[in-house]
Amino acid sequence: MSVTTKPVNQKAWFLILPVFICVAFSAILPLMTVVNYSVQDIISPERRVFVGTEWFAAVMRDEDLHAALWNQLKFSGAVLLVEIPLGIALALSMPAAGWKASATLVIVALSLLIPWNVVGTIWQIFGRADIGLMGATLQRLGIEYSYTGDALHAWLTVLLMDIWHWTPLVALLAYAGLRSIPDAYYHAARIDGASKFAVFRYIQLPKMRGVLMIAVLLRFMDSFMIYTEPFVLTGGGPGNATTFLSQYLTQKAVGQFDLGPAAAFSLIYFLIILLFCFVLYNWMQRLGQTEKEGGHD
Amino acid sequence: MTDRRFKKRTIFLIAYLIFALLPIYWMVNMSFKTNQEILSSFSLLPQAFTWDNYKTIFTDESWYSGYINSLIYVAINTTISLTVALPAAYAFSRYSFLGDKHVFFWLLTNRMTPPAVFLLPFFQLYTTVGLMDTHLAVALAHLLFNVPLAVWILEGFMSGIPREIDETAYIDGYSFPRFFITIFLPLIKAGVGVAAFFCFMFSWVELLLARTLTSVNAKPIVATMTRTVSASGMDWATLAAAGVLTIVPGAIVIWFVRHYIAKGFAMGRV
Repeated sequence: MSVTTKPVNQKAWFLILPVFICVAFSAILPLMTVVNYSVQDIISPERRVFVGTEWFAAVMRDEDLHAALWNQLKFSGAVLLVEIPLGIALALSMPAAGWKASATLVIVALSLLIPWNVVGTIWQIFGRADIGLMGATLQRLGIEYSYTGDALHAWLTVLLMDIWHWTPLVALLAYAGLRSIPDAYYHAARIDGASKFAVFRYIQLPKMRGVLMIAVLLRFMDSFMIYTEPFVLTGGGPGNATTFLSQYLTQKAVGQFDLGPAAAFSLIYFLIILLFCFVLYNWMQRLGQTEKEGGHD
Repeated sequence: MTDRRFKKRTIFLIAYLIFALLPIYWMVNMSFKTNQEILSSFSLLPQAFTWDNYKTIFTDESWYSGYINSLIYVAINTTISLTVALPAAYAFSRYSFLGDKHVFFWLLTNRMTPPAVFLLPFFQLYTTVGLMDTHLAVALAHLLFNVPLAVWILEGFMSGIPREIDETAYIDGYSFPRFFITIFLPLIKAGVGVAAFFCFMFSWVELLLARTLTSVNAKPIVATMTRTVSASGMDWATLAAAGVLTIVPGAIVIWFVRHYIAKGFAMGRV
């Protein structure tokens, strides 16, 4: 976003209007419905009772929810810890130009384009101890591997699946950042006799800061909303080992049809994400500004 | 760059690429086996090579209609997303107006809302307006995350075009629509391509909303697949073949935009 002043023109709202209508139809109306449900006890379509904040209180005290939230935080944390460094390393080792670069790019990006439940299906097959390559290999190495029976194995398999699925996103972003560094920087570094690490620390990393921010934000949000892949792979089990927030919500809303509590939970879930978004977004804006004020560092 | 260093990087890269391809290879491998072979023996290549699984999918209507349904709503969604996002992105990149930053942030929050939150209200809303089980319902629901994304990407590309071009055109007597279509659009072709690619991709891979809003007439392939898992859990071969076929459109599209994908990701306005 350029800092140079843009002309003030309130008529620009007319250009925004179509987007506003579209998103309002699919965001504001449904959100109001959720708010409406969250304060009522719906016994049947004709009989509903206003219950105020009762559902919110109930949901906040729900032990299962705490477990799901804790599970979710651990998972999102692990996802960021593994995928960000791995993605950067991958971007650094990808060829810069030529057919090798094209081929690598396509192979790396492939996993992003697979429908999410197919991702789950692939790993479901891949991890089976009797017919899957990974499962059978681990079995032969003498590891009693079973993602359906062992809570830790299930959790690790979901994590590995997510790494496989989404590290390419981080890698592509970091790669785009790397390619935007002018050659002059590297020449200067070579003349100064800078080590590989110094080049990474003082040239590449600062230049990738913008794209890495997007990567962290996207990965955090998307891993916080993960649903389809664990649903297909483990169905949330064994026990509740891989039940994350979305999974829990869907079980409540669709499975048990507890409209009130599910709606209250939806709102809390939405607010958690909104809060994180707001903090991260403003932080990124601030970082972008100090970078511009600092000029060339 | 020293030789040893170079080799270490290449080895790491190759190791990752193998990790990336192994699960896909295994599915492709299984799609050419019979169910009996899958369950009875463990082999790296199909022993009794067969096209039967693919034949099943291309001849059984309940399978191939899933692909057609998916393609229809993805196409509708991509068209609507781009049509509404283009003028909006132009407004964000060229003008400042009351509440512009807030509207932009609000748009982004929709990208970050878990679809699970909107599951029930969508179901009720579309039942009320009579759109349940139509392609349009899924296409409209997917606007929730595709419109913000398209605006985000297009705004990045548009901001890269100097404003002098607009001003010159207006002085030359171009009206806004004529300027936008004949001069501006060709300049941001790459951006439109990238935005279309991302809309296609996110609509294609989404399952939760698509499954909830459809039952028979507009049932997408991703939903067909999950129902097969629960109904006849042992039909691994057909499932694998169906999975392979869902990757194909994405792989084709990615080949065309390979030079722009990385750029498109980095263009987002921050």
